[in-house]
Formats: sequence, structure tokens, C-alpha cells
Amino acid sequence: MAFEGLAERLQGTFDKIKSRGVVTEADVKEMMREVRLALLEADVNFKVVKKFVNDVKERATGQEVMKSLTPGQQVIKVVNEELTNLMGKEQSKIAVSSKSPTVVMMVGLQGAGKTTTTAKLAQFLRKKNNRKPLMAAADVYRPAAIKQLETLGTELSMPVFSMGDQVSPVEIATRSVEQAKEDHQDYVLIDTAGRLHLDETLMDELVNIKEAVNPDEILLVVDAMTGQDAVNVAESFNEQLGITGVVLTKLDGDTRGGAAISVKAVTDKPIKFAGTGEKIDALEVFHPERMASRILGMGDVLSLIEKAEFSVDEEKAKEMERKMRTADLTFDDFLEQLEQVRGMGPLDELLNMIPGAGKMKGLKNAQVDESQIGRVEAIVRSMTKKEKSEPAIINASRKRRIAKGSGTTIQDVNRLLKQFEDMKKMMKQMSSMSKGKKKGKGNMSFPFM
Amino acid sequence: MSFFDKLKNKFSNQSDGVTSKFKDGLSKTRDNFTGRMNELFAQYRTVDEDFFEELEEILIGADVGVTTVMELVEELEHEARIQNITDTRKLAPVISEKLAAKLEKREDDTRLNVQKDGLTVFLFVGVNGVGKTTTIGKVAHSFKQEGKKVMLAAGDTFRAGAIEQLEVWGERVGVDVIKQQAGSDPAAVMYDAIQSARSRKADILLCDTAGRLQNKVNLMNELEKVKRVISKEIPDAPHEVLLVLDATTGQNALSQAKTFKQVTNISGIVLTKLDGTAKGGIVLAIRNELDVPVKLIGLGEKVEDLQPFDAEQFVYGLFKELVEA
Ligand SMILES: Nc1nc2c(ncn2[C@@H]2O[C@H](COP(=O)(O)OP(=O)(O)OP(=O)(O)O)[C@@H](O)[C@H]2O)c(=O)[nH]1
Ligand SMILES: [Mg+2]
Repeated sequence: MAFEGLAERLQGTFDKIKSRGVVTEADVKEMMREVRLALLEADVNFKVVKKFVNDVKERATGQEVMKSLTPGQQVIKVVNEELTNLMGKEQSKIAVSSKSPTVVMMVGLQGAGKTTTTAKLAQFLRKKNNRKPLMAAADVYRPAAIKQLETLGTELSMPVFSMGDQVSPVEIATRSVEQAKEDHQDYVLIDTAGRLHLDETLMDELVNIKEAVNPDEILLVVDAMTGQDAVNVAESFNEQLGITGVVLTKLDGDTRGGAAISVKAVTDKPIKFAGTGEKIDALEVFHPERMASRILGMGDVLSLIEKAEFSVDEEKAKEMERKMRTADLTFDDFLEQLEQVRGMGPLDELLNMIPGAGKMKGLKNAQVDESQIGRVEAIVRSMTKKEKSEPAIINASRKRRIAKGSGTTIQDVNRLLKQFEDMKKMMKQMSSMSKGKKKGKGNMSFPFM
Repeated sequence: MSFFDKLKNKFSNQSDGVTSKFKDGLSKTRDNFTGRMNELFAQYRTVDEDFFEELEEILIGADVGVTTVMELVEELEHEARIQNITDTRKLAPVISEKLAAKLEKREDDTRLNVQKDGLTVFLFVGVNGVGKTTTIGKVAHSFKQEGKKVMLAAGDTFRAGAIEQLEVWGERVGVDVIKQQAGSDPAAVMYDAIQSARSRKADILLCDTAGRLQNKVNLMNELEKVKRVISKEIPDAPHEVLLVLDATTGQNALSQAKTFKQVTNISGIVLTKLDGTAKGGIVLAIRNELDVPVKLIGLGEKVEDLQPFDAEQFVYGLFKELVEA
């Protein structure tokens, strides 16, 4: 694909920061520009992008990132967190009424995939939720739309309620619910005709169906390839009908699917399902966090962050936190921290999870970093017990001795001492954060990445 | 005569029916686009960074495509610098000029390739739900109006109800539909259809295909085969391979155009659903990045809701107020 993922886009800035050692406001600005472009290329509506970038910028120029030793990763993390906030973290389930049948209305533009999704949802409800759905063919306008649903019903051996195309959709919907009651079907899925949100007559018709059947769920079906117009469509359907959720279709294509963010941002209604193929089984529960990384082209960057968060032993982290609070972090703790990083697996394997990392210069650096860990270890092991617990006493002659003992240079020792101080600062941040809502935040800031 | 003068002339010389239909269809597009343009000029008096960012957003908001927009804005920044333009209103004509230049890259050929004698075959391709079958109905109608004998080939043997859908269009328009059973080989349907069209002395054969996402390799191979079978029967057929694009689609439309071009060497584009609020700016990106002309536009669901694409008219529609101001 022509699309560049966010990780690739940010690499240039990362490299600059790395060689300079500090992050400037200009760097953050540059990164924000890349974030903006990545989102726009992914079809996120420009207004939504604007607000999003402003939110991220605010956080990114804050302490958390600027003071971090790995500002690049921190920016990705902030972007991802904000994006996940926007998309919603929770998976959202389909409504179930206390009074059977549960009534679901499928609505949307022409060609979005309502009819196919209706059949997929029926199959999903039967297979995963053990339900007995009735599908209702209320698209009386598009040629052979009823036939399409009937064919799908036959394939699935599931009932389809239809009255032909000479009856009003309101009537069809009403009667289908009665039919479901009679036959003890516990869901009714009403397939409606595709229509433009501008079409007053047809939008009124949907409102009339809604009033007649009082649906538990109104699902707006949106094509994942939709461009900037997604906001107008979603806003308009939501205003006129009060949708309860969204189904995103055609996600098996190679679109980034930024429409997902746009739709969520303007309606604040959850995306409940994702269509991922033409087969009737190709319907999945929607995972907002996966969508976030798809849109940004971040690949497994997030799993990388996750992995880091998981491997850090919580007990040890607590102990470390205690030590931080009492300000007695030592080089022994530092060694322990190193071991935890190693516990995540080889660094280059971790880096391979970053899309395109194979082609990046960054990977070479990562291998250097691995040997750097060894060097750091050697330096620490050359310290006396007292030096490890009281680094302040390490003067010039002690430095010379340590360098000699570890086969490194005085500069290496100096750098490590500096990093140790920085790490203390980082730990302070981490401890204050982990007292907050999220655990393990900030754990990506290892002094050698 | 300037580009816009030419345009104005052309526009006012058009028969009223055509233009008013076009104007109606595009009014949403135009109001929105120029509305934002004017807002822009009212809001930003001086040409600066904020101004260009806003301009970027207007164009991106119209689905023009990030690459095209960035290129254009860069050119404008350059122009503003060398011409020392600081007043946004002075930059307005430069903007129109640049956009026009992008569209006027070459004389556009929106004429459909219809053979003088013998059978003309058109193949319609595209992703799911863009409007292929509906467009075939509309195109069949307009050829029939011209007195041609038209036939349809039900090449979508995959999607439930697709054959029946085409049959309804056949009845509506009053043309024959050649079909096989659902699930049969689409290439075989085409072969059959060509034989029937020949023996019934049809002028035009319009071939429907199943919608397919461009990243599905096996489905794209199937399409290639369909096309090959047609070419084997009639050496220079299909005479048009029309890619149907939904104007609501964002950046992915470019990827669609690229891949379908690779596989079937599309000869033109049909841009549908311009009766909605989607701005259709993707046309600019497609014109700019690919050498495929847009030939037709879809403006609704009825048989008559089809127009030839006119690039100048299209730009004029977008910038009408600006031009006249
Ligand atoms: N508003 C509007 N709707 C259109 C237009 N063209 C097609 N449609 C509608 O879009 C929907 C899909 O059109 P189809 O012609 O079935 O699309 P297709 O590409 O053949 O779809 P598949 O065969 O399923 O891939 C139908 O409801 C059409 O009525 C248009 O120009 N404007
Ligand atoms: Mg079709």
C-alpha cells in the first residue's frame, strides 16, 4: 500500500531526537504534523483530526513526554491512548430486550452493505448467542433486494419475513414483529432500503418505522471506505433517528478505515460489529483498540507497548515504587530493572514487531542497544557495594577504576550515572502515575532505547 | 479566452435540462465547497501558515486526496512567495488557475467507444455496492433512447439476488438479459452472452460483474479471465472497461483505480452517488495521479440519473461563486 504507517512516519523525528538526546518543541510539532497527515490519509474527517491533534499536542508537550528518555515512544503511546479514548475502550454488545423479540433496525446509505450484514448478524446471533432471529425484508425500492434477503435466508435455513414490494416498509416492519411473536423468534432484524440522509421522505419513513416497532437497536451500517462525508452521514442519521450503534463493513479491504473515528466522534455511539468478508460468517465483534492501530498503521507497535507493560513484575514494581518514595533506589535495583527488560525477550525480536522495522535504520541501533545493555551491566557489576547503594560517592578516581574493571571508558560510566539520575526521575513519574488509574504507565522509558 | 470564460460560455450554451439537472446534483457540493472558500477568505486576510492549513483542510474535506492537496498547497506557497502575494483575495484566482491546470492536463475524452458496425461490449467493474448494476440500467436506457439494440449480461453470479436485480433493470428498460444460474462461471456467462448478442444482432452488450475488493487476488484474477474470454471472442473488445466508483469513498478510491487499472486496463470511470453530500473531490486526485478519464456520473437511482462527466463544468460547479466574484 501507498500508505505509510505512523511508526514509519515518525521514524525520522525519532532518529533526530535520538542523536540529539533531547526533545524540543519543534520535534513535537513535527511529530504532530505527521500524526495529522497519517490520520488524514486514513480518511479521518479533518475537523475530528484537528481536535484530536490539539488534544495530543497538549499532552505531548507536557512533562510526561518532554522529560521522557524515549519521547518517540511516548508520543505514539499518547496518540494511541487518545485514539483509544476516542474510539471507546469497551467492546459493545448487541442489545437484548427483556421482552422478546428484540427488534433491530438496519439503516444506512445505498451500497453500504445492510442486507448482507442483516444475514451475517442473524447467523451471529444464532451461532454465538443461541438466538432465533427473524429477518424482515423492508427494502421495497432496490430491485431484487427482497430476493437477495430471501436467498440468504434459504442459505442459512433461517426465516425471512416479506410481503413483496407493494406494501409500505412501515407495514412490513410492524407485521414482522407480530410474526416473530407468534413464531417465538427472539430477534427481528429489519433490513431497510439504502437512502441518502438528505432524502426527507425516505428519512421520515425510517422515523415512522421506528415509531411503529420501537426498536431496541438501530444500527447504522457504514462502509469502511467512506471518506470525509462520513461525518455528515452519521450525524444526520443520528439526529434524525437516534442510532444506537454502528456496523463497519468491508474491513477486509485495504482501507485504513478512518471513517470509524469520524463516526464515533460525531455520534458518540459505539461501533458494535465489523464486516470482514463476503461470507456469511465474516462478522466480528468490533475491537476499538485494533481499529485504532489499523488506522494509524501502527501494526504491532501496541503489542510492543503491551508486552512491556505485562512483563514488568508488579510486585517488584511496587517494591521499586516504595524505594523511590523513600528515595533509596540503588544500582542493584537498576540491575534488576535490566533483567526485567530482558525478560520481555530479545530486543531485536521486540523491535521486529514494529511494522517496517526490518527496513529501518532503527533496527541496527536496536542491536547496538542490546550490546549496550551488556555494557551497562558490566559497569554496574564493577561497582563496590557501597558505590551501588550510594552512587553519589563515585568520584573521578572511582570512575576510572570502574571503567577499567568493566572494560569501558570513563565517558560510558559518566553516561550511565547520568542515565541513572534520569531513571530516578522517571521512576518518580512512574510511581506517581501508577498511583493513579493506570498501572505500569511509563514503563517504556528504558534508558537504553 | 481564459479557462473560466470558456467554461462560462460552455455552461450557458448547454441545454437547460442538462445543466439544471447537473446543477441540482452538484448544488450540495458547490455550496459546501465555495461556502468554505468564502468563509476562508473572510476569516484569513493575510496569506500565512494558518491560511494554508485551512486551505488544506477545505480541499481535504472535499476528499481531494492528501498527496494532491499537499502538492497544490506547496505550489501555491511558492507562487505567493515569488509574486509577493499577502492578500488572500489576490491568491484566489491563483488557486482556481492551479486547480484548473491539474484538471486540464490533457484534452479529456469522455466519449464512449461505440463501434460503427458490429457488436460493442462494455464491461463494468468495481468494488461492492458502488452502483455497477444500477449504472448498467441507466446506460442501457440511454443507448436504447438512441435507438440501439442493447443486451445485458448477468456476470454477477455470486451475490445473492444479483441476477434478479439485473433482470428487473432489463424489464424496466425493455432489453434482454442473458443469464445462467447463480454460482456459475462468470466467464462462461460472458461467452454465452456474446454468442446470443451476435445471433440476435445486438449493437451493445453491457456486462455486469460481481463487486470485488481490489485486494482480493483470486477475485481480481477471475475478472482478468472474464475480460480475456471477451477479448478472445471479439479481438478489440471489451470496448470500454468502466470502473464504477462511489463518490462517498475516500482515499481508497485511488487504490481501487490503480488496481483495477492494472488488472483490467480500465478505460474510464463512472463516478456515482454525486446526489449525496459527498464532494466528489476524489476526481481531482484520480485525474492527477492516473491517466484515466471520468466518463459518466451518477446522480440518483432512476434510469435518467446519469450524465456525461464534464471536467470544466465540474470545476465551474465547485468554484462558481469564486469565479463570478
Ligand atoms: N443515491 C444514489 N444511489 C445510487 C447511485 N447509483 C447506485 N445507487 C444505489 O446504490 C446501491 C448499490 O447499487 P448497485 O447497482 O446494486 O451496486 P453494485 O455495484 O452493482 O453492487 P454489488 O453488485 O453488490 O457489488 C443501490 O441501492 C443503488 O440504488 C447514485 O448515483 N446515487
Ligand atoms: Mg451489482
